[in-house]
Amino acid sequence: MTALEVDITKRLGSFSLGVSFAIEQPREIMALLGPSGCGKSMTLKCIAGIERPDSGRIVLDGRTLFDSAARIDLPPQQRRVGYLFQSYALFPTMTVEQNVQAGAAGSTRKERAARAAKEIAAMRLEGLEHHKPAQLSGGQQQRCAMARILASDPELILLDEPFSALDGYLRWQLELELSDVLRGFPGGAVYVSHNRDEVYRMCDTVCVLDHGHSDAKVGVRELFAAPATLAAALISGCKNVSRAHAAGPGLLACEDWGVTLRTSLPVPAGVTHAGIRAHYFETHGADDASDAVENAIPCTVERVIDSTFSTIVMARTPGSTPLRYECEKDDWAALGNPARLVLVAPPATVMPLVSSGNGGAGREGASHA
Amino acid sequence: MDWYPLLNSLRIAAISTVVVYLLGIWLADVVARAPRVVKGILDVVLTLPLVLPPTVVGYLLLVLLGPRRPIGAWVMATFGVRLTMTWYSAIFATVVVSFPLMYRTARGAFESFDQSLADAGRTLGKSNAWVFWLVKMPACRQGIIAGSVLAFARALGEYGATSMVAGYTPGSTATVSTTVYQLWRTGEDGLAFQWVLVNLAISAVVLLAMNMLEARSRSARTREVAA
Repeated sequence: MTALEVDITKRLGSFSLGVSFAIEQPREIMALLGPSGCGKSMTLKCIAGIERPDSGRIVLDGRTLFDSAARIDLPPQQRRVGYLFQSYALFPTMTVEQNVQAGAAGSTRKERAARAAKEIAAMRLEGLEHHKPAQLSGGQQQRCAMARILASDPELILLDEPFSALDGYLRWQLELELSDVLRGFPGGAVYVSHNRDEVYRMCDTVCVLDHGHSDAKVGVRELFAAPATLAAALISGCKNVSRAHAAGPGLLACEDWGVTLRTSLPVPAGVTHAGIRAHYFETHGADDASDAVENAIPCTVERVIDSTFSTIVMARTPGSTPLRYECEKDDWAALGNPARLVLVAPPATVMPLVSSGNGGAGREGASHA
Repeated sequence: MDWYPLLNSLRIAAISTVVVYLLGIWLADVVARAPRVVKGILDVVLTLPLVLPPTVVGYLLLVLLGPRRPIGAWVMATFGVRLTMTWYSAIFATVVVSFPLMYRTARGAFESFDQSLADAGRTLGKSNAWVFWLVKMPACRQGIIAGSVLAFARALGEYGATSMVAGYTPGSTATVSTTVYQLWRTGEDGLAFQWVLVNLAISAVVLLAMNMLEARSRSARTREVAA
């Protein structure tokens, strides 16, 4: 049985949203990953019933929440979908206890109070019951919001960038906590984020959203190992992309880099781009017999940037666009600061990409590198 | 000194404030959520009494409510009740004149209200009425209280429209403001001055109460944040 099935469209001025995905596993945590303004939050609001899609269907555990053809549009109150807002949306004039009781499931006041007390204890908020949200730390506020959601017995939890208001160490702590809470939740979850590391650590599957359009859902490890689309490659942190076309079996002519590279990955029919991650290159000195090595790209060093824990090298290619190469500081020092450099991309690291849709994101492609 | 004008003014202002409170928050909520064009038109119509001369408001009310005018004649025929030149006629005048003060302050408060709070309530299964009265209104209470106090003060001091719709009959339609004018006109300066003092005292008390309310909610906020 499908746990959650979403297939909706919505127009907002010149922006159009067309999202389609499904959560199939009972405890699946699915990420909606994409840059700001790609329609992630709007998608969550449509699932929760806060916004109304123009057309499509939303089905949760066999219950139709929305169906434009059948004219079904359940109000948010009847959807049983928990929503963790970016700002947590705790009721500012109520205490922690009142906030959690507000949504608590149960038919009598006593049952609801007991349920709220249980979730307050589970979220380690004992002793803070009579505090107002403004008196809580950021972490306590988030736990309070989670307690309120869990007490309402939702079938699905939606999380909208839960860590965007926090930074550094605190964020890491909260991520560990929230991860445990979500793992203990019996239903599914949709996790909206623009942070690929967070998604990699917290989610099982990921659906990349690019200018309002969703790519096919894939496992998180799959997304990072072999992204299929340009948008997925960019959001998964691939720093080098070039326009490309097939030039024979397993060969990609990369226009922006001025080279033809061999790939060991399957090349799809409509390939439009190639991508190489910045830390996957191998280096050769310019004096080596580079012709003998497969996928060797002769470069001149344009710029060396000393970053926090690595060295970033911008290398001019035979084409119009430089490559970004990242390595350990010691490794770069060992090369002796050369003016010319041969970057080698092993065939397994050359990713054939398809730019989904027309116009919009990264169509200028290579300039993203 | 006959205290009837003061009692009459206070009951008119009190009743009018209750009416304006309910009408004001209802329409403020409607307008705050309305689409842009509707919002623009409604806002102009609802704010108009604030800039119109009270005599124009009085004229329009007489045109509608007078005993031989459409609404007035119908009410007279149906209920046998006269709408003009009675003590409660002034309520029509004060409601119209003080309404924009309530409406505008409430609308400002509603527009700065964080909509995700209402959305959170609804996804938790709470009714729209619950969300409105237990989340939105408490969150906007400052603006609502300020609007009510201003509307009350304005109703208490209303003169122009009141004198046209209710007139001045001692012991019946006389209010503090119409009494001051009547006494001045008839040369009873001393008595007029006493009523001026009463008026000043009431206004000062109202403004003081408002400032105290504001200070209290401000210190409550700082306490919450500091703790």
